[in-house]
Amino acid sequence: MTLPGIRAARGLRVRRPWRLAAEASALLIALVVAFPLYWMVLSAFKPAGEIESTEPRPWTLAPSLDSFRRVFQQQEFGRYFLNSLIVAGTVVVVSALVAFLAATAVTRFRFRFRTTLLIMFLVAQMVPVEALTIPLFFLMRDFGQLNTLGSLILPHLAFSLPFAVWMLRGFVKAVPEALEEAAYIDGASRARFLWQILFPLVFPGLVATSVFSFISTWNDFLFAKSFIISDTSQSTLPMALLVFFKPDENDWGGIMAASTVMTLPVLVFFVLVQRRLVSGLGGAVKD
Amino acid sequence: MRSVHGARWTPWLYLAPALVLLGGLLVYPIYQLGLISFLEYTQAQVSGGEPTTFQGLANYQHLFSDSQFWQVLLATVLFAAACVVSTLLVGCALAVLLTRVRAVPRLALMLAALGAWATPAITGSTVWMFLFDPDFGPVNKTLGLGDFSWTYGRYSAFALVLLEVVWCSFPFVMVTVYAGIRAIPGEVLEAASLDGASQWRTWRSVMAPMLRPILVVVTIQSIIWDFKVFTQIYVMTNGGGIAGQNLVLNVYAYQKAFAGSEYSLGSAIGVVMLVILLAVTLVYLRLMRREGREL
Repeated sequence: MTLPGIRAARGLRVRRPWRLAAEASALLIALVVAFPLYWMVLSAFKPAGEIESTEPRPWTLAPSLDSFRRVFQQQEFGRYFLNSLIVAGTVVVVSALVAFLAATAVTRFRFRFRTTLLIMFLVAQMVPVEALTIPLFFLMRDFGQLNTLGSLILPHLAFSLPFAVWMLRGFVKAVPEALEEAAYIDGASRARFLWQILFPLVFPGLVATSVFSFISTWNDFLFAKSFIISDTSQSTLPMALLVFFKPDENDWGGIMAASTVMTLPVLVFFVLVQRRLVSGLGGAVKD
Repeated sequence: MRSVHGARWTPWLYLAPALVLLGGLLVYPIYQLGLISFLEYTQAQVSGGEPTTFQGLANYQHLFSDSQFWQVLLATVLFAAACVVSTLLVGCALAVLLTRVRAVPRLALMLAALGAWATPAITGSTVWMFLFDPDFGPVNKTLGLGDFSWTYGRYSAFALVLLEVVWCSFPFVMVTVYAGIRAIPGEVLEAASLDGASQWRTWRSVMAPMLRPILVVVTIQSIIWDFKVFTQIYVMTNGGGIAGQNLVLNVYAYQKAFAGSEYSLGSAIGVVMLVILLAVTLVYLRLMRREGREL
């Protein structure tokens, strides 16, 4: 046996109890972190009597769909859900395309003001979006966009762009220059290279980036509250949730069921792209 | 890099859609925010009943002489600092823990963290409120706190919001730092352990310096996010707590503008936030430049 082999074996034996302790705590922490989500789903399925019980139990023997029924039977729940989907979907697709073009410009070309622009993209990420609610409110009013989905789509589009460009840079950079040269030598046009070669190669990065724009848009509460002021047919999901908050008697079953319905799409999206997300983040922060 | 085929305007063509969107919906509103903060702008001006008048620095004077503003500013800074420190500690500790365990516990922790990360701020807020509900929540029952109301006292309400914020923002730190640790060559860590370095020592003297760029990124991101917390405070403390005891700048500006119709004061608060965050950004750029990283 070689020396390193012995060392490795010994190292393993010494570390073993420690590793078991580490694994036990990792599992325990995982349980604690997951508990709020478990409690949310559990409470959504609990029958009314068990939710508003002073002896809360971490299980239920009589799961019921009553709370979900109250959520879905709200007058325009389907409308709210659809509106949220339309807003988030539009923002994801458009911002991915626009950010892809911008990221290509700042990584594959050298031009004047390039560094300045990059710094501007960075600075733009720091702008407190919430502070801009006031001028945006007047902007939307002046353009007649209040109470329309456009008033939610446009600002989110703008606010998700800087981070998306910043993150996509790494992915665009990773595509070798030689490939581009080869494409041109083979007579491909610039547009052809852009959409048929670069775009598919950068696509995994686009997916990782989309997670962020999807989440920030789907989770939006402030704009939905401020810009959709009178026409509830244009409301998004947070409004369907707030309905269950009442001054003295919150309908917790309804709140938990609505929260579950609102969280589920994001969770699914996240789990689907988690691998790309982790590697994408690594690339974005390291490069 | 290449400009052989490059017509000079090609990059600008690619940038055009992004610049138009950012110009119209980010730069212009920032300009307007500044402008409104110098005007008299209340319900009367919004409805067109009275003409807008230029006030100079009057709004800022009004704001800076209001003791509530200073109180809210202090609360915002302290609350954000507490959130950032807790988030970083939890995130880094768990990232290190992830490197010490086998696949199954790692996957479990990863998935739980992704779940917390993915949870929308508003639903996260409602769930944590319910968990800590004085009547029906499991936390008070388990800890034997009876019908102690977390949102009644100022500090307990801030503590509750802090827990929720840490819960939903540590995953970003954990995943990013974990990815960074994985990128450190194994030999380096092996050498440290052969030299008999303790875990803490390895972290402090080997991993932390190598992870510095990543740590800077997650710290700055956390500062920016936690300084701007809105939804959690708004939902969990019902718009800023009893008599505004849990207000932070963001919620304060919103309440001034949309609840009190004092749009110019709200804008002035917004400008103050903008300036503070800009300062943080400049520090960030400084740090990046010192690292010698090219943009």
